[in-house]
Amino acid sequence: MSDISELYQQVILDHNKKPRNFRKLESANREQEGYNPLCGDQLTLYLEMDGKVIKDIGFQGSGCAISKASASMMTAAVKGKTKDEAEVLFDEFHRMVKGELDPEKEENHLGRLTILSGVREYPARVKCASLSWHTLHAALENKDEAVSTE
Amino acid sequence: MQAQHEIENAMPAASDKLNIESIRRDFPILNLKVHGRQLVYLDNAATTQKPQVVLDAIQRYYTEQNSNVHRGVHYLSQLATREYEGARVKIQRFINAAESHEVIFTHGATEGINLIASSYGRKFVHEGDEVIISAMEHHSNIVPWQMLCEQVGAKLRIIPINEKGELLIDDLEAMINARTRLIALVHLSNALGTINPVKRVIDIAHSHDVPVLLDGAQATSHLKIDVQELDCDFYVFSGHKVCGPTGIGVLYGKSQWLESMPPFMGGGDMISSVSFEKTTYNSLPYKFEAGTPNIEGAIGLGVALDYLTGIGIDRIAEYENELLDYATEVIGSIPGVKLIGTAREKSSVLSFTLENIHPHDIGTILDQEGIAIRAGHHCAQPVMKFFNVPATARASFSFYNTKQEIDTLAEGIQRVIEVFG
Repeated sequence: MSDISELYQQVILDHNKKPRNFRKLESANREQEGYNPLCGDQLTLYLEMDGKVIKDIGFQGSGCAISKASASMMTAAVKGKTKDEAEVLFDEFHRMVKGELDPEKEENHLGRLTILSGVREYPARVKCASLSWHTLHAALENKDEAVSTE
Repeated sequence: MQAQHEIENAMPAASDKLNIESIRRDFPILNLKVHGRQLVYLDNAATTQKPQVVLDAIQRYYTEQNSNVHRGVHYLSQLATREYEGARVKIQRFINAAESHEVIFTHGATEGINLIASSYGRKFVHEGDEVIISAMEHHSNIVPWQMLCEQVGAKLRIIPINEKGELLIDDLEAMINARTRLIALVHLSNALGTINPVKRVIDIAHSHDVPVLLDGAQATSHLKIDVQELDCDFYVFSGHKVCGPTGIGVLYGKSQWLESMPPFMGGGDMISSVSFEKTTYNSLPYKFEAGTPNIEGAIGLGVALDYLTGIGIDRIAEYENELLDYATEVIGSIPGVKLIGTAREKSSVLSFTLENIHPHDIGTILDQEGIAIRAGHHCAQPVMKFFNVPATARASFSFYNTKQEIDTLAEGIQRVIEVFG
């Protein structure tokens, strides 16, 4: 049995309580909705792209601690990165929470995002952690329709 | 085992209380360990567990009776048909329907509602007509009506609720008019636990010659259902919420309605004769049962209802009310807990929120303690919107639950509060 405190680490609880970049970005030139119909988690992601660089990023919405903390940490991680760098993080993060990438054994660029690796022990919560990343992925691809985890 | 219950329960015991220890032994899954803890199953509104007699009946069907029904002259087909039709009669008695052909097997309450929306809807609901539902419906009693209304150009009207989660029945009378074709109402709300005053609704509706469909998915395991006394026109429920198997359900309809409605699905078993020029439909109930049915499901459901009857629905209801009262007090008094749904007439469901902690986080932490609850919108998003919450945590009780399990839930909630500091 995995200890529940490995999932709800202090850093995650802190991001849940005080999410970073939790605001509507007035300078945004891209906006993307993300929705998890299973649990009703909803988020709007705002991106200010400067060419291929994510110059600024913000989000708003409601959801569980995991989804909120994940969105908060994601915004902190990708701000200032290029589209390609963010896509690499999306791919690595996605594989990490699905248990396909072990950040302790395999080379990766995840840094602090590995705090969320505990999610892989809770299959029902993987979608909570990855909602914001799917939304970012869609925003970078410039898709028009809202993202759904279903 | 069922016989044993009947004997125990028939004995003039010191009190008329249920013997919960004995009942729990009938449900093998209740012994399960989850994450190293004793399972505390409090998600009965989603589905109930199955007693050994139901599991045995399904096993017996496939080892001794399996064949297709209504088709064969051979021994097994006749045996399977007898068991399948026997189950129909058991259901007829359980809900006190006047005729066994008023009992239609479906795959669940959802299919039952869709059948009525499609069949009754095609025949009787036209452009400009109206269908009335309530603000506390499950999606399965909203979406089929939206689909119908969109198809034919009819209007869907909603009976409002108050902040306790009670139906504002006084608004109903003014809502009914010459274009009202049907009222479809939940008997017992899955998200709030509210028991609706269905008899009064039916009386009001009938005084305007409007038929009433009751969604009994949640009610059937907690309340005594007598469709003749209620005088409802349609009643639907699911087998898996009354200790029966999944994939089987019941639509009850008054003969005169079912006779006048076109078939829902076409196929085998629902016809009398077929030629490329003309097909004649079979009589009730077969007109509405196209294709090979869920035979073991029907048989299992019959046995499940026998099991509940053996214990006694009235005694089940009394004990479950005791559990709900206890849970309301114990869980409701935890600082930060807010109960959603506080109707005066209520049963078996305790929906709540806990400060700013999202129900999914509550659900995950409780799960690690072996406690199964539901966290989410309970397929009732309009209800969540009314109470202005994205989701709730929901503990729902059955007669095999105990007050100790509710204490364990209370300890689990304390653990959630600890984790979130």
